[in-house]
Amino acid sequence: MTPTTRGFRELKAVVVRFAGDSGDGMQVVGERFTDTSVTVPNAIATFPDYPAEIRAPVGTIAGVSAFQVHFGSINVLTPGDEPDALVAMNPAALAVHLSDLAERGLLIANTAAFNEENLKMAGYAANPLDDPELRKKYDVIAVDITGLAVEALKDSTLSHRDKLRTKNFLALGFTYWVYGRPLEPTMAFIHAKWGTKAPEVADANIRVLKAGYFLGETMEHTRNRYMVARAEVEPGTYRKISGNDAIALGLIAGARKAGRDLLYSGYPITPASSILEALAAYKHCGVKTVQAEDEIAAIGVAIGASFAGGIGVTGTSGPGICLKSEFMGLAVSTELPLVIIDVQRGGPSTGLPTKTEQSDLLQALHGRHGESPLPVVAANSPSDCFHAAFEAVRIALEYSTPVVLLTDGYLANGSEPWKLPDEDSLPTIDKPFADPSQPYVTFARDPETLARTQAIPGQPGLEHRIGGLEKDGKGGISYDPDNHAEMTRLRAAKVEAVAKSLPLLNVNGDKTGKLLVIGWGGTHGAITTAVETLRTEGYEVSSTNLRYLNPLPADLEGLLKGFDRVLVPELNSGQLSMILRSRYLVDAIPMNKIMGRPFKVSEIRNRIVELLNA
Amino acid sequence: MATTAEKSAADTATAPLNRKDFVTPNDVRWCPGCGDYAILNSLQRTFPELGVPRENFVVISGIGCSSRFPYYMNTYGFHTIHGRAPAVATGVKIANPDLSVWIVTGDGDGLSIGGNHLMHLLRRNLDCTVLLFNNRIYGLTKGQYSPTSPEGTRTKTTPTGSVDHPINPLLFALGAEATFIARTVDNNPKHMVEVFKAAHQHKGVSFVEIFQNCVIFNDATWDPVYSKETRDEQMLFLETGKPLRFGKDKSKGIRLNGLVPEVVDAASVPESELLVHQPDHPSPLYSQILATMGMPDFPTPVGVIRRIERPTYENQIHGQVNEAKAKRGDLTIQQLLHGSSTWTVE
Repeated sequence: MTPTTRGFRELKAVVVRFAGDSGDGMQVVGERFTDTSVTVPNAIATFPDYPAEIRAPVGTIAGVSAFQVHFGSINVLTPGDEPDALVAMNPAALAVHLSDLAERGLLIANTAAFNEENLKMAGYAANPLDDPELRKKYDVIAVDITGLAVEALKDSTLSHRDKLRTKNFLALGFTYWVYGRPLEPTMAFIHAKWGTKAPEVADANIRVLKAGYFLGETMEHTRNRYMVARAEVEPGTYRKISGNDAIALGLIAGARKAGRDLLYSGYPITPASSILEALAAYKHCGVKTVQAEDEIAAIGVAIGASFAGGIGVTGTSGPGICLKSEFMGLAVSTELPLVIIDVQRGGPSTGLPTKTEQSDLLQALHGRHGESPLPVVAANSPSDCFHAAFEAVRIALEYSTPVVLLTDGYLANGSEPWKLPDEDSLPTIDKPFADPSQPYVTFARDPETLARTQAIPGQPGLEHRIGGLEKDGKGGISYDPDNHAEMTRLRAAKVEAVAKSLPLLNVNGDKTGKLLVIGWGGTHGAITTAVETLRTEGYEVSSTNLRYLNPLPADLEGLLKGFDRVLVPELNSGQLSMILRSRYLVDAIPMNKIMGRPFKVSEIRNRIVELLNA
Repeated sequence: MATTAEKSAADTATAPLNRKDFVTPNDVRWCPGCGDYAILNSLQRTFPELGVPRENFVVISGIGCSSRFPYYMNTYGFHTIHGRAPAVATGVKIANPDLSVWIVTGDGDGLSIGGNHLMHLLRRNLDCTVLLFNNRIYGLTKGQYSPTSPEGTRTKTTPTGSVDHPINPLLFALGAEATFIARTVDNNPKHMVEVFKAAHQHKGVSFVEIFQNCVIFNDATWDPVYSKETRDEQMLFLETGKPLRFGKDKSKGIRLNGLVPEVVDAASVPESELLVHQPDHPSPLYSQILATMGMPDFPTPVGVIRRIERPTYENQIHGQVNEAKAKRGDLTIQQLLHGSSTWTVE
């Protein structure tokens, strides 16, 4: 922390968490703070954390909704371990989030909400803001946020109720002052959103936003302000993107590069629904979407589209993936291209619908009847969801196979700046249909990929039948024992053949050493950050993130054998570590967290240090 | 994409198709005497007459005896999973609306495990034809009662008689507001071909219940309705614009008494009092009267029960896509990635 001129202290990175009742507009202000910070530019990662109930009873612990934003002048790969600043709009928000706040962290509390009833609902016997210990531990700013917002609007024609609703912008304005952020991007947003529809609302929100900012100025002489400098970012064009939006774009781009029509079919389920919502808005790009009657129909519709020559994609979360498994077996048997997206959430059953977990890995790999192998791909950051989705489409088409794409609630809802790739950097996916001038053999295979070639309805002379009954190579029904053994072998060999098309593993650090930390999916940011910092401190540790869970990359075994020890952090009870142990006979050390929340960098860091110092 | 199948037939017209063009070399493996043979034969006779090129037919089925059907039709075919053919058919038809899509299902496949999918297919009005073979029994699993088995049906799983109230397939289709509802029988090939043609001509979802005999596990289940001895008195052949008459020499008719039908002696009432068949009757109540008529008090109607017009699902999906393209214009991948808000770092 270096003092700078003009009253700012410069920090490399800051974590701010906005927390309040689910009706308090915390997601809105979190998004605004993010959008403002990306334009600085800062490196950014966000983590929305909201309840499963749309409107839990006001003031309760269950109703607390939060949005965390991590912004820095250095590389930021996670939403941050502990907030440096916490905005608590009511006692319940304080009760839920205070323990996370960094020591000496900034606590902004809305005193208006700390009344007897709210305190009781949050489980406080006395007002915690009156506790001198609190002020010793944290930098507390207790202000009447609600009252100040209403006061700022005393001339407004808005109803009192509507005036109360602007209070989130007061809190936002104040945090802008603390961190020296510009107000213009938020004012532009307010104008765009309400300017024509409800100008008096736009006017009120801007006045309250400014009032929050001025509140800081009036207490300037007593307060610290913090400056996060511009991040050194690669030149290019950027946008902010969430994981689910990135999936939507990756699917469209993949279908385009393959010359196939995209049909996405889903059933509403948290947190996968926003993929369907995003794609439904791309009709002008030729995207067809279906909200099916259930999870089963959703995948069935996608399979039908693929059979007819398009590329069918379905997506789900939690229990939805179980419902799709019967149709996944059919897609394996008929060897049709298909992408199944599983946005993992806490389970089993309804579990934790809005919380993240990585507990569907074994389900994706093995959760079907019969021997039914299929490729499994995982995304490792919100923007990486674009590339992972594109890759899933490529593998599905080039290998005529269903592919599972694993993401999770943390990636789906989290967002980060994304440097737009150049269209020409995306490969063309070349998978022609059968040649009508040649006789068609249903399961004739490409010698390299072992993929079959599709003939599609409408192609004259290639009429044929497919289905879930075991077939011989020519496509006829076969109960022959040797044929079944051979087809089972071929289906597995085809999936294994995907490995030949995979790039070498990306290793963070040396390719041999004392400790390799290996993860998959959304733990990438936390693992990379922990390992990068420890390496600068002289620790002999490396890390890698697996994009491909099936088939595993051909160079993985060599990498594993080059290290004395292997640590496998996962948000499950040890699913990848089990695979690595059984497949490569390495004594992989599991590191597991099943709390519905992502790893903190410090948790991984501490475990690495513990292992290396042991 | 919105061209009709008939149009593309004209484009690619070659030698006229005949029944044999739709026969596959596969051995047909239904039990000897199964009603499915007659249905297969009738469909193979129907397809060449529809003016659709062979490559544009897709036959999609679920699981069960009837669902082996695609393997015996020399068209594109997909034998999917139990009850879920409507979902696959929906994807096929959206991907390529030019295709003539036929779903083959049974009483168990379509109304038990697949009841949900069938309901949604019907209410969405996907342009396709559903042939529901109703033999009131599970055949492929060797003789358990089905959702259309009458109460009291004794099978291996119901040794003391089933207690389930059966579902009426026509009422089910009517409840889902299917735009075309018909019934035919496996022992009347001429009638089957007529009904299949009418189903194909209908633009929208066409639901056809076929009374089908399972010779092994539920033999003669429909004989009280359609045997040579009973059919004159028990079957009512529906003809558009004609009064509802049945019986030997059409001596009986159906008249409305309030909201309920009654059987009358046709000779003793003026013809103007008889109900006239009107498949496009604006009220579904008329269709419901037909759908619920049957033994023991009424004859069983066969033919086209209901036929109304409504926009099809796939046309509306393509319509919205085309409208959005016209209004907003298609995007290149690069434009797509840009979205609405970007910033540039120099």
